[in-house]
Amino acid sequence: MTTLLNINGKDVTVSTSTDTPLLWVLRDELQLTGAKYGCGIAQCGACTVHLNGVAIRSCQAPIGSLVGAKITTIEGLEGVHPLQAAWIEADVPQCGYCQSGQIMSAAALLARTPHPSDDEITAAMDGNICRCGCYQRMRAAIKIAAAQPARPVAA
Amino acid sequence: MNAPVKSFTAPTRRDVMVVAAATAGGSLLIGCSQADILSLGADSSHFGPFGPFLRIAPDGAVTVISKHIELGQGSSSGLAAIVAEELDADWSKVSVEMAPANAKAYANAGFGAQGTGGSSAINNSWDQLRTAGAAGRAMFVTAAAQRWNVPAGEITVKDGVVSHPSGKQASFAGLLTDAAKVKPPQNPPLKDPKTFTLIGTDRVRRKDARAKSTGKAQYTQDVHRPDMLTAMVAHSPRFGGKVKSFDDSATRKIPGVVDVFKIPTGVAISAQNTYIARKGRDALTVEWDDSKAEMRGTDEILATYRQLAAGKDPGNLRWQVFDQHGQAGAPAGGKVIEATYDFPYLSHAPMEPMNCVAEIGNGDPKITTASQIPSMDQLNTALIAGCLPGSVKIETLFAGGSFGRRANFKSDYVSECAHIAKHVGGGRPVKLVWAREDDMTGGYYRPLAHHSVQVTLGPDGLPSHWRHRVVCQSIMKGSPMGGGKLDTSTVEGTLGSPYLKATPNVDGQVIMPDSPVTVLWWRSVGATHNAFVMEHTIDQLARAAGKDPVEYRRALYAKAGADRHLAVLNLVMDKAGPVTPGWSRGVAVHESFGSVVAQAAEVKLDGATPRVGRVVTAIDCGLAVSPDQVAAQMEGGTCYGLSAALYGQITFKDGLVQQKNFDTYRVLRMHEAPHVETYILPSTNHPSGVGEPGTPVIAPAVANALLALNGKPTLSLPFVKT
Repeated sequence: MTTLLNINGKDVTVSTSTDTPLLWVLRDELQLTGAKYGCGIAQCGACTVHLNGVAIRSCQAPIGSLVGAKITTIEGLEGVHPLQAAWIEADVPQCGYCQSGQIMSAAALLARTPHPSDDEITAAMDGNICRCGCYQRMRAAIKIAAAQPARPVAA
Repeated sequence: MNAPVKSFTAPTRRDVMVVAAATAGGSLLIGCSQADILSLGADSSHFGPFGPFLRIAPDGAVTVISKHIELGQGSSSGLAAIVAEELDADWSKVSVEMAPANAKAYANAGFGAQGTGGSSAINNSWDQLRTAGAAGRAMFVTAAAQRWNVPAGEITVKDGVVSHPSGKQASFAGLLTDAAKVKPPQNPPLKDPKTFTLIGTDRVRRKDARAKSTGKAQYTQDVHRPDMLTAMVAHSPRFGGKVKSFDDSATRKIPGVVDVFKIPTGVAISAQNTYIARKGRDALTVEWDDSKAEMRGTDEILATYRQLAAGKDPGNLRWQVFDQHGQAGAPAGGKVIEATYDFPYLSHAPMEPMNCVAEIGNGDPKITTASQIPSMDQLNTALIAGCLPGSVKIETLFAGGSFGRRANFKSDYVSECAHIAKHVGGGRPVKLVWAREDDMTGGYYRPLAHHSVQVTLGPDGLPSHWRHRVVCQSIMKGSPMGGGKLDTSTVEGTLGSPYLKATPNVDGQVIMPDSPVTVLWWRSVGATHNAFVMEHTIDQLARAAGKDPVEYRRALYAKAGADRHLAVLNLVMDKAGPVTPGWSRGVAVHESFGSVVAQAAEVKLDGATPRVGRVVTAIDCGLAVSPDQVAAQMEGGTCYGLSAALYGQITFKDGLVQQKNFDTYRVLRMHEAPHVETYILPSTNHPSGVGEPGTPVIAPAVANALLALNGKPTLSLPFVKT
């Protein structure tokens, strides 16, 4: 039994069981290790990827439900995304483990809302835990990226 | 140890036991330093001409080797900056990597073993790395002086370019071959800190920000090797429980499960990948022997702590004096303020649950993990694999947080992985993965603690007698650091407080009950509860004396000669300005890890939940190598402390941990995060700690703001009860 997935613009065939969460297929089968395991129950957001441009928790998405969908991981963001440049400029990361998920949540926000308010930032980012407490720098970095001239954001 | 370590070609179990005993006991092998013993079997031959901390590539790229793990605290970039400053390297061409395990080369000056902790990375490396950088610079200067036949004193170095006033210039790359032949000077001249061009500036930024913003940073969780097995372990649900029997018939039917076997900490399942290992564990049935397990609930444990503090016969336990001066008894007639405080067990809950990769049974054992005390991870692996500790190779990767959890003298999850890899054998790589639930229920918590305080005020309104009782399980007992009767980590922050120094009569004692529950340092260790008790008590005393709490502190600091406390308090009040309308302000000040932090926090109540807005922070951490990273640690430390203060608690019912994941162990999210402003007291003193001192101050600052708001003291944490 194989499953055909579209990940970062490429078709990929995987042979793991269809109940396997996308997170473990990305990490263990495809070695796309940017998305992280943090809780396994959609509480922490470290595993966030885009499904047709929407931020989802890949630990809760069995691959059998993803056929025909466009999946984007942090590895699939084009070049250095304005958010990533802003993250570096603001020296956001500390341990860094949650940051792929944070950036994917922020990227989905900016794709939908290029100039978010503080409340919109909070609403989009509140599902992503950062134990190092980099929250105020993430907020600042999202504002830096939002102030950049518009450019297409990877879905 | 004069004999070359390579003579130990056939280590026996006895050799290793001797090594272990020497490490734990101090000096069984007379004449050997602890670092020597821990390095038995190690190979240091690969260090290059610039020594163990500095490597320069043929293209001139500078690599600084950090003897400390990068856990998020940012110190690896700070360490690189120290070398780069004295070397006069081009900072943009400097990178940093984490050292392999080698206690002889990379011991923490404070531990005598290789390890990261106690907010000591910059502090203990300062002189060592300045010397390493300056020696490298001197080697380039000597090489240029010889090549150009000019006096060395006329040569200058800037951004990796060596110059002479005659116009001669050469890069590090151009001089490398000659410089590498120069004997490194033992005592090279160091810069006058006034001439620093990198240290102390905002140019010292994180070297790992790009890797960590692109998903490319490598954590243990990300390790993938051909033929690697992934393992999970069914652990006892109760502390002190052991495997009685298990039924693996359902587990073995799952395609991809490779093996199921007993190890000292439970039942291991090895499988082809993580998801299958998890499914295999879910299908396993284990019967546990709880005859020596902790069967109580935390309410019952806390009740015994309260009874002890209230004077119950302690049985075999003994009260230990930590501060006693002046009169033992309280004088009659003064105003007496009493308070008792309860603190729960806390989980560190770093974003990356514990994990490790081990390869055993084909040559030297290899461990790949976020090793925080590599010397102990080597020693504990050696005990399992049967070899000399120095022969255990450790590759240290980024840690997805630690907050103290990975600094474990028992190397709990590393040892567990070594047992599994030894069973698998043949050097086949095994990745041990702990689920979040393993991490949350797996112990090594901040200890449960109880304080009882009675203070008598003198005619001037200041304390004249202070009676203090602490009940707290010892972290150090049974560790290589815990020989004495008094584990000061239970009382640090009360012990040494300027308030006790300013009080003429003090009677401070602690009792340390035992339990099968494993406890460990948790970011800022004893300060997590002692700072709260001292700082919140002071506000209650000031209130009882009818004085402003900030002025009350100033009077006590003056009396105690606590100039640094006074300086950060004054700085924070100056920067804080008037309180924002609609908010209540609380102030707290605490010294830990050599640094003093003051915070003024603005708080309001949202129903029963405190909301924290603006938090102004002042720190005296000596000379700040990276001001931006000091600020980052104040921001992060404040969030970490506030998260625990608002919601953090691990509770047991019938010995079973009630919190298993982030749904029941609530942590701070963006909507609750305060805005932290950081001000660093200008200083040229030796750098002191930064990673931990920002954590313990926020909880008492919030409690003091609530006291000012509604007059109610906070006598137990967390603030929000569930």
